[in-house]
Amino acid sequence: MRKVHADATAALAGVLKDDMTVMAGGFGLCGVPDVLIGAIRDSGVKGLTVISNNAGIDGAGLGLLLETRQIRKMISSYVGENKLFAQQYLAGELEIEFNPQGTLAERIRAGGAGIPAFYTKTGYGTLIAEGKETREFGGEHYVMETGLVADLAVVHAWKGDSEGNLVYRKTARNFNPMMATAARVTVAQVENLVEPGEIDPDTIMTAGIFVKRIIHTPQAEKRIEQRTVRKRAA
Amino acid sequence: MAWTREQMAQRAAKELRDGFYVNLGIGIPTLVSNYIPDGMSVQLQSENGMLGMGPFPYEGEEDPDLINAGKQTITELPTTSYFSSADSFAMIRGGHIDLSILGAMQVAENGDLANWMIPGKMVKGMGGAMDLVAGVKKVVVVMEHSAKAKDGSVSPKLLKSCDLPLTGARVVDLVITDLGVFSIDKAGSGGMTLIALAEGVTEDAIRAQTEAAFKVALDGSARKAA
Repeated sequence: MRKVHADATAALAGVLKDDMTVMAGGFGLCGVPDVLIGAIRDSGVKGLTVISNNAGIDGAGLGLLLETRQIRKMISSYVGENKLFAQQYLAGELEIEFNPQGTLAERIRAGGAGIPAFYTKTGYGTLIAEGKETREFGGEHYVMETGLVADLAVVHAWKGDSEGNLVYRKTARNFNPMMATAARVTVAQVENLVEPGEIDPDTIMTAGIFVKRIIHTPQAEKRIEQRTVRKRAA
Repeated sequence: MAWTREQMAQRAAKELRDGFYVNLGIGIPTLVSNYIPDGMSVQLQSENGMLGMGPFPYEGEEDPDLINAGKQTITELPTTSYFSSADSFAMIRGGHIDLSILGAMQVAENGDLANWMIPGKMVKGMGGAMDLVAGVKKVVVVMEHSAKAKDGSVSPKLLKSCDLPLTGARVVDLVITDLGVFSIDKAGSGGMTLIALAEGVTEDAIRAQTEAAFKVALDGSARKAA
């Protein structure tokens, strides 16, 4: 079985359908599978529920799918950088479910690991806990949160081999490894595509079993959201 | 004279200890990294998946794959490690981070914290704040003592109880404002105690701008208890 596909459109063929749930890796614009998101936009699929820590910015990342109104609901921890998001939300066209960032990460990890629910201290005594089961362990209060799974996960990696083994780079790792485990179909875009054996097995971060399809995106543009620098000493 | 932002950050830096792993929020808390004492080893955690955060890069050396939780470009150090968001919050939720310094809209005398939403306004989300305040061993809030609205009205931020939706219930250990420092007995019934005054600020001036009830222990005896 060949996992490597020629391009994003080919890799997503037969997977996309209206009203599906999609996980998209990345934090801000870092480690975002932008080529795959572009192909989702081009497919015209709509009514999407998208699980992603952020919602991109205007014109980049998931901002692309907001422009075309293909997203019905977001499950995120922070969406502050996106004007389109605010407009569509205030117009009632877009639903948002806020999750604390760590709860979101753990819900995805749990979903991928076959764990239907877990307890966390996070959010106890806040709006986030409303309507959820709470329980006391060792005198501390915890909220029950459920695992998350999706029909499709799109992830970005620095390096991958044709078996789907993945290596991420620096803080571009973020949500990508958990999302790779938590969907019926995971598609990875990799900056460097190599043959099996070329990645030291001890350094593989996502095992190929989790990745069904893979594309090589050597020219994918990387954007910086907040460029901050310091002056060199004179 | 009230403390400046830099002086508030300097005061917050006194909570650092050698060997600490620390998470700094956006705004004044970020400035605390400028006041880590020489010879003290402090590793900064960035909740998007990095421990051992370095300074901003030199111009031309920015790496789009290397950002902090505020999405700013940063650099790595010899001590740096990278990990997933799940591992990052395992560190936070699991109580492995020693100190979290963050901003707030409101703090109540029992340690309740509100810093993520104002009903009726566009909500951006809580990000990692709820996880940090629930999981980190010690939580320090750095904020202006009072909120100044655009119309010039001033309202207290240290309250009997928060009227904004909470980020965490009974989570704050210490509050540093531009006027002084308060410890909070978040686990017990000891309430809030004023333990330090900014230079030139009187206890009466603080009372006039504080809704929360507080005890006073300026001799430093309460600091150990906190």
